[in-house]
Amino acid sequence: MTNTEKGSLLFRPAPLLALLLMLGPILAGLLGVLLPAFGWMPVLGQERLTLAPFSDLFVTPGLLRSLALSLASGLIATCLAVLLTIGLLAGWSDTRLLRSMQQLISPLLSIPHAATALGFAFLFAPSGWLVRMISPDLTGWSRPPDWLFPHDPFGLAMIIGLTIKEMPFLLLVSLAALPQIEAGKMATAARTLGYGKVASWLYAVWPRLYRQIRLPVFATIAYASSVVDVALILGPTNPPTLAVQLVRWMSDPDLSMRLLASAGALLQLVVTLAALALWWLAERILSHLIAHAIGTGRRFQKDGVIRWLGALFNIAAVVIMLSGLAGLALWSIAGLWCFPDAMPVTLTLQNWMRHASMLSEPLLNALLIGLLSTLIGLLVTIACLETECRAHRTPASRSLSILYWPLIVPQVAFLFGLQLIAISLDVAYSLWSVVLSHLVFVLPYIFLSLGAPWRALDPRFAGIAASLGHGPWSILFRIRLPMLLRPILTAAAIGFAVSIGQYLATILMGGGRWETITTEAVSLSAGGNRRLIGLYAMLQMLLPFLGFLLAVGVPHILFRNRRDMAPTNR
Amino acid sequence: MPMRRKADNGRKKKPSRATNLMRLALSGLVAGLALPAVAMSGELDVRDWPSVLEKARGQTVYFHAWGGGERINAYIDWAGKELSRRHGITLKHVKVSDTANVVSQIIAEKAAGKQTGGSVDLVWINGENFASLKEKGLLLPMSWAPDLPNYRFADIAGKPTLTTDFTVPTDGLESPWGMAQLSFYYDSAITSDLPRSATELLDWAKTHPGRFAYPKPPDFLGSTFLKQVALELAPDPSLLAKPATDERYKQVADKLFAYLDALHPYLWRKAKAFPDNVSSLKNLLADGETEIAFTFNPSDASAAIANQELPDTVRSFSFEMGTIGNSHFVAIPFNANAREGALVLADFLLSPEAQARKQDPAIWGDPTVLDLDSLDEADKARFDGLDLGVATLKPDEIGPSLPEPHASWMERLEKDWTTRYGVQ
Repeated sequence: MTNTEKGSLLFRPAPLLALLLMLGPILAGLLGVLLPAFGWMPVLGQERLTLAPFSDLFVTPGLLRSLALSLASGLIATCLAVLLTIGLLAGWSDTRLLRSMQQLISPLLSIPHAATALGFAFLFAPSGWLVRMISPDLTGWSRPPDWLFPHDPFGLAMIIGLTIKEMPFLLLVSLAALPQIEAGKMATAARTLGYGKVASWLYAVWPRLYRQIRLPVFATIAYASSVVDVALILGPTNPPTLAVQLVRWMSDPDLSMRLLASAGALLQLVVTLAALALWWLAERILSHLIAHAIGTGRRFQKDGVIRWLGALFNIAAVVIMLSGLAGLALWSIAGLWCFPDAMPVTLTLQNWMRHASMLSEPLLNALLIGLLSTLIGLLVTIACLETECRAHRTPASRSLSILYWPLIVPQVAFLFGLQLIAISLDVAYSLWSVVLSHLVFVLPYIFLSLGAPWRALDPRFAGIAASLGHGPWSILFRIRLPMLLRPILTAAAIGFAVSIGQYLATILMGGGRWETITTEAVSLSAGGNRRLIGLYAMLQMLLPFLGFLLAVGVPHILFRNRRDMAPTNR
Repeated sequence: MPMRRKADNGRKKKPSRATNLMRLALSGLVAGLALPAVAMSGELDVRDWPSVLEKARGQTVYFHAWGGGERINAYIDWAGKELSRRHGITLKHVKVSDTANVVSQIIAEKAAGKQTGGSVDLVWINGENFASLKEKGLLLPMSWAPDLPNYRFADIAGKPTLTTDFTVPTDGLESPWGMAQLSFYYDSAITSDLPRSATELLDWAKTHPGRFAYPKPPDFLGSTFLKQVALELAPDPSLLAKPATDERYKQVADKLFAYLDALHPYLWRKAKAFPDNVSSLKNLLADGETEIAFTFNPSDASAAIANQELPDTVRSFSFEMGTIGNSHFVAIPFNANAREGALVLADFLLSPEAQARKQDPAIWGDPTVLDLDSLDEADKARFDGLDLGVATLKPDEIGPSLPEPHASWMERLEKDWTTRYGVQ
């Protein structure tokens, strides 16, 4: 038996294991939704298959508006976030601006969606920080104006809130993928042909980059079209988005509402798929348009305005996010802070002192669960990708699309079914059931962010190493892993952040016994106390922030003498 | 708060004969299976309190309770320390964001056939969630509450809501923990003219457009506002104590919705958006967006002042005809793992010492369920020494406590409300 065969044997079960880890829980959980959606829920004495839950669903007042909101928020927020990313990368690659943005966004990525949304809401509300800063001197307002924002009926607040939160994710994923596609050389080549900076990048780099980040973009669409917490904090209320409606039905004490909720969960699935389909259609159209634009031969050399607009919007997004968070941080140490005071009357550490003793357990739990699920996720992912490499297979697009499942199926829908199974196997509320439920979400994110750079690594490196007599293990440990260290660490940091942010899975699978900072934060935010929300948002940021610090810092130190391993190729 | 709404299972179908037969067969089977369980709960003799204490020692009690109030959490933390010191019981507060989720959890366990060793030992509950658990037989199937040693101090005669939870008899399946009554508050530095009835509130809103809001039903406080107005406008308030038949319902609903139609143009954001719950209502007042807010815990405003969430010029008021009041409880699920520990905790929460501490606004400020006249001098002194805070109404100021309407009213009112105003 040769070395190669031995290695393959060892790794062969990896893809199967990954599938099992991700899809098993979802399929099981979906079954738990599918049956009630058609009226089958023996616990409630519903034992007949019927379409009644759907007919109830379709007469829900405002359902169409809810659907339109879910669809629009998913598509528009993602589109804006992609445009922001393009604006920054196309106009400003290899500049100080991009480097400082990168340093800023890494920690921003780790901030939970809910915290960002709350910061945003406090900034822009009629009684929020901005109005407070200019009142009453400039506005003459001693009482806040009666504006409907956030919660505006068109969902603008929600869409902007989602955009500024998704931009860092897409930017970081892009930055991790860029070195793999020799972006710098491509763009330089286009520039020598006389194309403007933006056009060079758009024509030469973007199509390749987009191929690499397509999956994360899809995940973003799916997330934004089914998000609950952000929609609750910023979204319209009359009616809310479908996902919010769904959670309300799901937690209704009238248990027969669960049938309606299950039918709604299936509808949410359709909405998310529709959003993806529309995006796919737009992709086709745009690629034709770009091909056409290239064909015209125009060089677009005067792109100054576009570049500055791109910078302006990106900076605005980051500034909004940072000021929102600064507002929350200020709240965590605020005494009495009434309208229209721009600053709290008094500052106090009372909140921090009072909660200090209750913080260690949730922090340690979050750390433990996050590290375990990230480690397992990373090992399984690398094993899968390595198997693929050794078998010289390119992944079928169908097997890739399976990765989306955990990110597309609304969590509320399948987690309840999953909990049922855990309980009947008598493994509920254990550490491992929590870790496994986190893996459902952690694994795809690690896969999505690591898969593309891994596959894009030039196979000739391995070929040369093999021709020099290195076996597959040696190639893995001495060539692939070191060369891919940056994307691997980024993937780990993303996975860790995903785990830290999990609320529903932790609560349902842990039965509330595994308190993490996120479960604490959400249960306290039910109390609407901005001081506590601020405090926990700070803490929620801390752990993932450390993760991203490592992901950026370690390669920086290790590769300080290796120019071509820098995050952006020159 | 553990309160949420009730809605009867609206889609009950007449079972076919075949399913009836199956049910019969199944029920025989289940009865056979259930026998040991009954025998087990028979083992539990609450009247033999020393043996309950004995068995409880060393147990870990998972207490599922709303975790959104930091003062409440700190109070439960204190109870845990006392329980551990006195009885060797470990208390774990499972902080839930919505008690309905606990109900789902118990249902999920029942569905999975988990008859013992359940994850919930004690749950903070009332109203709809209690009705739901009781109706589905998911509570410890015995009347245990009246046998708790401290139950003799409970004001059963003076507080009818202690034995009737939103018109559903408690049957000893839950033990009283605290009282609630709707009360309004405002900033006396800003507002001086106060409405003392729903009708006056409408006039007040017209002169102060955009400065009043109520949480969006089915939030329990929003629904309570609807019930409060309905009680005042009803031709005869006793109508609401009976199930809402079409005839009774129409008399009340017509008046209520005419009132709301008139009120909404003058609400915060012209009623195009509603606050989520009691806390967002408080934040709106703190931010100066609204001028009148309300709460179910009469000492909320005082506590918020102490917590620097509201200015110290905030004061409370009530409606002249009185406001809706109810009680909240703790209950033990059918499959609780640490039943004895849960009983000891429920009893401790009912003790004069724990109740007095709970009523202290500096700690929590939740009104007691005890009859102060039944206490000995030392225990009575604990309550007499309490300063209820500047923004808390005295018992003679808060006005009469009106009973919760029959659960069917809430269901219909909420449904109609959503149809009329849920989409705009």
